This record gives sequence, structure tokens and C-alpha cells, in this order.
Amino acid sequence: MTSYLFFILTIGGVYALLAQSLNLIWGGAGMVNLGLAGFFAVGAYASAILTKGFGLPIAIGLIASLAAGAVAGFIVTISTARLRDDYLAIVTLGFAETVRLIALNEAWLTRGSDGISGIPGPWRAELGPNFHPFYCVFVFIIVAIVYLLTKRLDDAPYGRTLKAIREDPELAAFAGKKVMRFKIEAFALSAAVAGLAGAIYGHYTSYIAPDLFQPLITIYIFLAVTAGGLGRPIGPVIGAYLVIAFLEGTRFIVELIPGLGPVQVAATREMLIGAALILILRLRPQGLLPEQSRPVPRVGDAA
Amino acid sequence: MALLLQAILNGLMTGALLAVPAVGFSAMFAVLRYPNFAIASYATIGAFAAWVINTKFGAGVALSIALAFIVAAIVGAICEWLAMTPLRPAGALPAAIASIALGVVLENVVRFIFGNDLKAYDLPIVRDIRFGDIRIGPQQAENALIGIGVMLAAFAFLKFTRLGRAMRAVADNADLARLKGIVPAQVELVAVLIGCGLCGVGGVLIGLDTSIDPLTGFRVLLAVFAAAVLGGLGSLPGAVVGAFALGIAEELSLFIVAPTYRSAIGFLVILVMLSVKPRGLMGDRFA
Repeated sequence: MTSYLFFILTIGGVYALLAQSLNLIWGGAGMVNLGLAGFFAVGAYASAILTKGFGLPIAIGLIASLAAGAVAGFIVTISTARLRDDYLAIVTLGFAETVRLIALNEAWLTRGSDGISGIPGPWRAELGPNFHPFYCVFVFIIVAIVYLLTKRLDDAPYGRTLKAIREDPELAAFAGKKVMRFKIEAFALSAAVAGLAGAIYGHYTSYIAPDLFQPLITIYIFLAVTAGGLGRPIGPVIGAYLVIAFLEGTRFIVELIPGLGPVQVAATREMLIGAALILILRLRPQGLLPEQSRPVPRVGDAA
Repeated sequence: MALLLQAILNGLMTGALLAVPAVGFSAMFAVLRYPNFAIASYATIGAFAAWVINTKFGAGVALSIALAFIVAAIVGAICEWLAMTPLRPAGALPAAIASIALGVVLENVVRFIFGNDLKAYDLPIVRDIRFGDIRIGPQQAENALIGIGVMLAAFAFLKFTRLGRAMRAVADNADLARLKGIVPAQVELVAVLIGCGLCGVGGVLIGLDTSIDPLTGFRVLLAVFAAAVLGGLGSLPGAVVGAFALGIAEELSLFIVAPTYRSAIGFLVILVMLSVKPRGLMGDRFA
């Protein structure tokens, strides 16, 4: 039971990282990433291939996952940064599907549908049963670091510029902000965090395969960010743990319905998740913890 | 040479199938101003509706397709009214996101009822027609012709009926259309009925060739988007041209990459097109 709890908390932490990644661009610059699962996969594969395939240390794998995510993010945004944000939505969705196809077909690199197993975890053998609590704390620390960095970014002129771009890109451009550059940078940064989340996931479960990176993960994360509150660094973290609680909760609730086959149970859970996202968007689009508008800084005293 | 001709012919036939949902998607985009990701599930729903009437009640292809149109159109209109209409004032992105969630819900309703197994339509098996080295499957040819027929009907509706003209007016300039006394809600409903209906027909046409399962629509989603982006998002003639071009590009790609990468061609086309000519081949002229 405790190992189940640690498992849930760790996966919740991975979702929190993904939610922070999404919030950075969606809450920050008003861009959406419908291919979050793809960037998640890119990071997971980058780190798994380097550490399992080439025997490099896990730390190198984590750094590589950040870099791989950032590069993928750069490629995806460069073609759409000038366009309306729904174009980016379509491109990112396509990106995730393409990543899944590559992971399925390039077996020499990714072992195809078999997936990569035996991905090393930090001190997994030495820690034995203590690996789960250890890794749980490790993920908490990463989530906290990303939280502090995004909070810092949010408070900095950079974050304010992003929000200005979100509200009115033309006005931001008129104010001398290089809108395209900001958008591409923010997206690459966000994709890097998603990549890191993938690596952290792979080193925990020790197994990754193309099927684990279904578009449904992207829905979970949108649910986390909308539930927690968009545009505020703590919102997505809280939202991610709420979502994991909800996901696990539906598991128990659905099992109470008599006479359902396993496919129907899975289908019912996915229906509940989709319906929850629609309901939140409809009823409480600002989330549980809405974004706070900062008061305009006083300039009178200085003048 | 025969290989090349065969590839182009296959591409044209694929294009005729893709064009149907692509036109449906573009019509909704032009009027409702958000990319509707739930079209994947409307295609799946259409495919399953046709499968039920075809295999359980022995209906022919034409009747099955008509039913697919009606069922997908009605489900689409109800979902749009329930889930999307209240969200649309908030902008294109919340609506787009909600449409993905809606797609997931609908896909799982289909999965709940029919399960995950592959299902095939009940069709007579016919031998390929040969012209020298070129072969044509009669079923494929028939599907392509049905696709073209359905599109011609859709274009005729836009061109010659009052509602069709109102739809074009809203797509062109919504504010001006309102000033002229066109009721937006009415036009939006027609756009959803036609758009979702066409997606449902597209689902059947794609399924007739192979088999169907709850992910049938999702698997062609990217190709439909690619066709629409290639032609210019929101342009109906563009969606047709884009679908044929993408169909041919997919077939030609088989000379270079493994067939499993077929749907990645759509992604590549979207990336290149948006970088080079984001307004698409036909700009954003609606019809």
C-alpha cells in the first residue's frame, strides 16, 4: 500500500512537471501544446537511449532530455510563431503522432513496439525497497526547483512580456518586444521541461514504449492546468496532484458499476476525464487558483 | 512509369476520400472560427453507424452512407450545442481544447458500445479491374466516386441555396452578414450539421476500404488537418485541392519511406506549408 502511494505521488510529480511545462507557455504566452505527450516521449527516449544504450550516467541523460525537448520545441514553433495560435495547436498534435511513429518504426534506436526496458534508476539496486520513497522525494525536489524558476520568471520582466504577448501580440510588438523570439524561446523552454519529465518518468518505471505516450496524457495535463489555475506557477502543481487523485479515484468508482468488461471500464474512465475537462473549461475556466493581476508599480515617488 | 501512374491514381482515390472530411472540417472552421479536433470522433461515429445498418440490417453502401451523414450530423449538432457553444466566446483556443476532450469522450462512447475489435463492412468481394499494368479496385473506385459526388452536392448546396449563401457570407465576413440580417446561430447550426455529416461520410469511405475501430477517425485526423492547411484553413476548394495533393504525396512517399510513415507525411506537409505559405494554396476564400 505504501509503495502504491509513493508510486502515485511520483507519477503525480511527473504530471506536475508536465503541467508546469504547459502553464509556462499557455498561461505565460497564450500558446498551446497539444503534443505534450510527444515532448514527454522525446525526453524519455533521449535519456533512456543514452543511459541504457550507451551506459552514460543518469545525470547526463537528464541534461540530454532537457536539450532534446528544447530542440524539438524549437523545430515545432519556428514554422508557426508568426501565425495564429490554433495553427500551433495543429502542428503540435502532428508532432506527437510523428514521434510515436518514429518510436514504433525505428527499432534500431527505440526497439520499436517492444520498448526499452531495464532503464537504470539512481541507486535502484543499493536502495532496494527504499527506492520508491527516495525517488518520490527526488521528484518533489525537481518540481520545487522548476516551480521556483517559473515563479522567478513569472515575476521578472520576461514573464510580464510573455503575458503582454498573450493579451495582445500586436501591442507587445508595438512596444518593441520581439514577439516571435519570445514565443520560440518560451516554447523551447517549456518543451525542455516536458522532456525532463519524460526522462524522470523513464528512470523511475525503468520501461518505456510508444504506447505509453498516448495523446490521453496531454488531456490529463490540460485538465491539471485548467483545474489548478492558469497563469500562476503553483496552480499546475496542485492541479497535477488533483488529477492523479481523480484518475485513481475513477478507477475505484468505475469498478463499483456492476457488469462492465475491462474495455468498458477503461472507456468509462476516459469518458469521465474528457467530460471533466469540458466541465472545468465551462464552469471555472480560471481554475481553483485564478491568476492574480499585479498592481501597477508606483512610479510617482521616483519622478 | 506504370508504377508512377499507379501511385498517382491511388493518390487521387485516397484524395477523394480525404477531401470529404477535410471539406467538413474547413466549413466548420470558416464559420465557427476554431479548429474542431472532435471531427475524428464524428468520422468514427459515422463509420460505426454505417457498419450497424450495413451488417445488421443488410443495407447497401448508399443507404449506409446516408445514415452515417445523418447520425454524425445530429450527434455533432447536439455536442456543439451542449459543449462548445458556451465556450466559443472565450476564443479559439479553449474551444479547440474542449473539442479534443469531446473527441475523447465520444471515442470512448463508441469503445464502450462496440469494444476495441476491428470490424469490417459486409461487401461483395470483387476482382480488380486492370488496364495494362494499372489496377483499380472497383470498391475503391466506387468510394472515390461517392466521395466526389458528396462533395459536389455540398458545393451545390453552398452555391444555390439561401442557407448556403448565408454560410458563405458569414465565413467571408461575420459582422457584415449580421448587418444584412443573417442569423448567426442558424448558419452555425447548418455549418455543424454539414461539417459533422461530411466527417461521418468520410469515416465510412475510409472504413469501406479496410476495417473500422474506435480509432478510425483519429488515425486520419492529421491527414484531414494537413489537407485543410495545405489548401488554406477555412477554404473549401482549398480543402479539396489539399486532399488530392496530400493523397498523391502520401502515395509517392511510399517510394522513399516505409508505408508506416504515411501519416507523418501529413505532419511534414503542415510544417513545410506553414513555413512557406501559411495561407495555403488557395488562400482563405471560402467557396
